[in-house]
Amino acid sequence: MLVSYNWLKEYVDLDGIQPDELADRITKSGIEVEGVESLSQGISGVVVGHVEKCEQHPNADKLNVCQVKIGEGEPVQIICGAPNVGTGQKVPVATVGAVLPGNFKIKKAKLRGEVSNGMICSLEELGVDVKMVPKEFADGIYVMKEDAEVGKNALSYLNLDDHILELGLTPNRADCLNMIGVAYETAAVFERKLTLPKPSLNENNESASDCISVKVDDFGDNPYYGAKVIRNIKVGPSPEWMQSRLISAGIRPINNVVDITNYVLLEYGQPLHAFDYDRFGSKEVLIRRAEAGEEIRTLDDEMRKLEAHHLVITNGMKPVAVAGVMGGAYSEVSDETTTILLEAAYFNPSIVRQASKDLGLRSESSTRFEKGIDRNRVYEAANRAAELMAEIAGGEVLEGIVEAGPRFVDPEKVIVRGERANKVLGTNIETKEIHEILERLRFSYEHENDEITVEVPARRPDITLEEDLIEEIGRIYGYDKIPATLPEGATTTGGLTPSQMKRRKVRRYLESVGLYQALTYSLTTKKKANAYHGLATEEEPAFISVSMPMSEERAVLRRTILPQLLEVVQYNQNRQLNDVAVYEIGSTYLTDERNLEKLPNEHQKLAAAFSGLWHFHPWQQEKKPVDFYVVKGVLDGLFKKLGVSERIEFQQVKREGFHPGRTAIVLLDGKQIGVIGQLHPADQKEWDIKETYLFELDLDIVFDIDVEPVVYSALPRYPSISRDIALILEQDVSAGEVQSGIKAAGGELLKEVSIFDLYEGEHMDEGKKSVAYSLTYYNPEKTLTDDDVEKVHSKVLGYVKEKFNATMRG
Amino acid sequence: MQERLMTLQEEAVEKIEHASSLKELQDIRVEYLGKKGPITEVLRGMGKLPAEERPKMGQLANEVREVITTKVDSKQEKLEREELDRQLSNETIDVTLPGRPIRQGNAHPLTAVIEEIEDLFIGMGFSIAEGPEVETDYYNFEALNLPKNHPARDMQDSFFITEDLLLRTQTSPVQARTMEKHEGKGPVKIISPGKVYRRDTDDATHSHQFMQIEGLLVDKNIRMSDLKGTLTLFAQKLFGEEREIRLRPSFFPFTEPSVEVDVSCFKCNGAGCSICKRTGWIEILGAGMVHPNVLEMAGFDSKEYTGFAFGMGPERIAMLKFGIDDIRHFYTNDLRFLEQFKRA
Ligand SMILES: [Zn+2]
Repeated sequence: MLVSYNWLKEYVDLDGIQPDELADRITKSGIEVEGVESLSQGISGVVVGHVEKCEQHPNADKLNVCQVKIGEGEPVQIICGAPNVGTGQKVPVATVGAVLPGNFKIKKAKLRGEVSNGMICSLEELGVDVKMVPKEFADGIYVMKEDAEVGKNALSYLNLDDHILELGLTPNRADCLNMIGVAYETAAVFERKLTLPKPSLNENNESASDCISVKVDDFGDNPYYGAKVIRNIKVGPSPEWMQSRLISAGIRPINNVVDITNYVLLEYGQPLHAFDYDRFGSKEVLIRRAEAGEEIRTLDDEMRKLEAHHLVITNGMKPVAVAGVMGGAYSEVSDETTTILLEAAYFNPSIVRQASKDLGLRSESSTRFEKGIDRNRVYEAANRAAELMAEIAGGEVLEGIVEAGPRFVDPEKVIVRGERANKVLGTNIETKEIHEILERLRFSYEHENDEITVEVPARRPDITLEEDLIEEIGRIYGYDKIPATLPEGATTTGGLTPSQMKRRKVRRYLESVGLYQALTYSLTTKKKANAYHGLATEEEPAFISVSMPMSEERAVLRRTILPQLLEVVQYNQNRQLNDVAVYEIGSTYLTDERNLEKLPNEHQKLAAAFSGLWHFHPWQQEKKPVDFYVVKGVLDGLFKKLGVSERIEFQQVKREGFHPGRTAIVLLDGKQIGVIGQLHPADQKEWDIKETYLFELDLDIVFDIDVEPVVYSALPRYPSISRDIALILEQDVSAGEVQSGIKAAGGELLKEVSIFDLYEGEHMDEGKKSVAYSLTYYNPEKTLTDDDVEKVHSKVLGYVKEKFNATMRG
Repeated sequence: MQERLMTLQEEAVEKIEHASSLKELQDIRVEYLGKKGPITEVLRGMGKLPAEERPKMGQLANEVREVITTKVDSKQEKLEREELDRQLSNETIDVTLPGRPIRQGNAHPLTAVIEEIEDLFIGMGFSIAEGPEVETDYYNFEALNLPKNHPARDMQDSFFITEDLLLRTQTSPVQARTMEKHEGKGPVKIISPGKVYRRDTDDATHSHQFMQIEGLLVDKNIRMSDLKGTLTLFAQKLFGEEREIRLRPSFFPFTEPSVEVDVSCFKCNGAGCSICKRTGWIEILGAGMVHPNVLEMAGFDSKEYTGFAFGMGPERIAMLKFGIDDIRHFYTNDLRFLEQFKRA
């Protein structure tokens, strides 16, 4: 909503309140002023001039040499190129030394040999938005009313000495979508006098009800409809003051009839519609629901198909307007119109909302109906428009208004208790002050016992509860006067849940070993949602798709984070950032339902991607590319941090999208929790990235399991004994399997088994490999003897030979 | 004899002083102090002296030996030191060469901001509550006083999945869910951070996916002044002790009264700068007193309980704190962007 300061001043005493202060205080008490614009934009030196003589330039066809009187002295010569300049006009003149918008300074000039002492201005040159300039002045200078006084500042005649406040209104404050509403608000905030328009009509003795009847099918759809008839209208341009007010509010002047309806819309917030009575087609207005498929050609000359939930104004036979949204083309006011049928109505907001949405038509009118207009101001607005039609369009107003539905409704009553208000706000506002605030808001009330019963005016439909009134009291009292206190009451400890703590631990760990945390989008493409997830492959997967995606890129919810991290690798490697190690913790979304009814399963996943070099220290020639074991090492460390490393197992698998020989699933207590592996080289090529390794874990499972608390175990008091063995194994026997076997066979005394060498290739028989293990024996009770160790060790060896078909090497 | 001893001493001292290597010094030691050396010789010849002179001469000889020994020792120490210095100076390295890199990642700036805020409220006794990102219409809208067809639903154009399910447009559904779990008994004291989604075209200031942190405190006797006090504390901890806050009336369907919360500009201290658009204030939060309809729908008696709620955007806070100019940076994960937040 754009509010003219000068216009507002007509209703509220703004004496001593400058536009900036007005904006500031209004903002602080609830209506955000998003900007204050000075219409003069630094203009100076523009005066009213009178064109006394206008002759064609001797050396230029399109130029005129004008003698313009701009004050007491002799007329000055000004060269003007506008086609509409003429003798006898009053025009805005930028004199020598004047400044126009954009700091454009007017100097004495010579044009094709003729001196020019200034410039006759168009509205555009004076800073008016070209879209707002009335058509008749669109291609030329602005011609002012004859009564403009020569030599006087032209800005005030053009209403350009004004300031425009731009209000950013929240949906609850539709009452300020009009000047009267803003005036109420301003008067309340500043405690100033309010003077509102009081339409007075000189109606003739012909009765409107002889010309028209009104019938409403359903008062739920249309609680009130009023029609007035105005005869002898002369359609033409509206006066300057009205045009400039419309322009300042961002509405282009059209003709006096349309301008009046727009003016009253701005002033009262009441959308009105003017029909050409003679082309209305009947003497009957019937408001009903449309028939499905019924058609209407609207003002914008579009044929529109209606649905049964749309409300239409008809002439008893066919629709002439879509209620509250747009009029029909046929009964539109034209230059030939002489009799106006003026509609002022209150339509059900949700019906208008639906219709404007369905038809894709949003207008100043429909928005106001949707947000709620003042039910009790409809009648007065009709009179105001009729008054203006008589005043400026020469109309004769027929007696009375033809109505359906009650003209006024009783205001809602809402009770507020001072004590409750203070309790909610944390203040000590005295009863007297609460009364004053209600009076400033122009709410009438009765105070009995502890209850103040407030009659909420119909212009404020947002107020229905005690809390709404508490807000009114609080904001007018001033939120800056509310003290800052801290909540009293039982103290709570607060804190993180165990799973939230574990998540932070995981993050800290990964960052400390060199991974950056990434954050990617949950919405992705179907193709990406259908890769790397490791789910049983379906012919047609149950995607969770948004019903109207903004693009194919963001169409379905991800089922794994891995493709998003591959995008991160790709993005960075495309920018020569080759060494990438990133992780993300976030949700993936899965469902079994083909038609989603329940909430999907949101799994908290941890995913990571590694590519390029893991370690690089060039001048000391250290260089370690990422490989499977680098990534596995990161996971090993993670599981230690989480206290589950003893319960973790890696099992070689083949999985879609992964390297067939370098991929494993990760199991916790035998239950699959994730995957680790190299991106399949074919996929790698498709992504156009370097060799890349990935893992993804289901954190919900990992975080859910119980972990033994940390208990200190005594430091060794006796020496331990180590034995190394090198075993020749079949290639397909895994080193880890043998390691677990040794561990199991060694019993209590075998404290640790580690792998310290792997040998394959030359000197080995085909299909064999050699793995060296170091076994550490320890007895917490006593010093071990060689005999003690030998007994266990030979048992271990025997077991390994038999179980894994291993032979000792060397 | 005495003379001879003194000469020997002088001679030896002279030689020691001129010795330039450990080898040379060792030769001098052997020459003068060795078993075949001149001093031993002098001592051996003492038998020829009268008995009364012998002790005196013996003493003198020992003194000379002592002097030479000391001189040799100290010279040796000096030479050894020089030798070591020479050796070490050959081991000199270029300390300006870079160290062996230790890998170190860091948190995403949004996580850094969120954790800082979480910790701040944990210190005030809040817990962290989380909830699903795919929500029902009921929890995302209706339970928050946004019935179907409410005009304010337009404020947040949403990604619907089915008629009833959508990507949450705010983290407030977590508040509704948490309150329900409390079965009408306070206090409820939570912070809910998380991802939210709205139908916005991604550009420098809009993102279809972004983060939100909301707070909720429901108890008996919660006042708007408590909201002001709590948020003042928050602003001071996050943006500096000098900060003040300002409440401006606003509108949110789930709070009444509703306010926008401005923090005095941390850059210019209220004098006006480009960050605060010359106003001295920066809008940071939306907040208010929990709407009685919201309390009632979640099973709280609104006559007995009141509460406050607030919400903010970590992206906005991070952009202000770190001077980031484009919201898309948070989601493209350019390593050159991510690695800038090691200290955050
Ligand atoms: Zn500033």
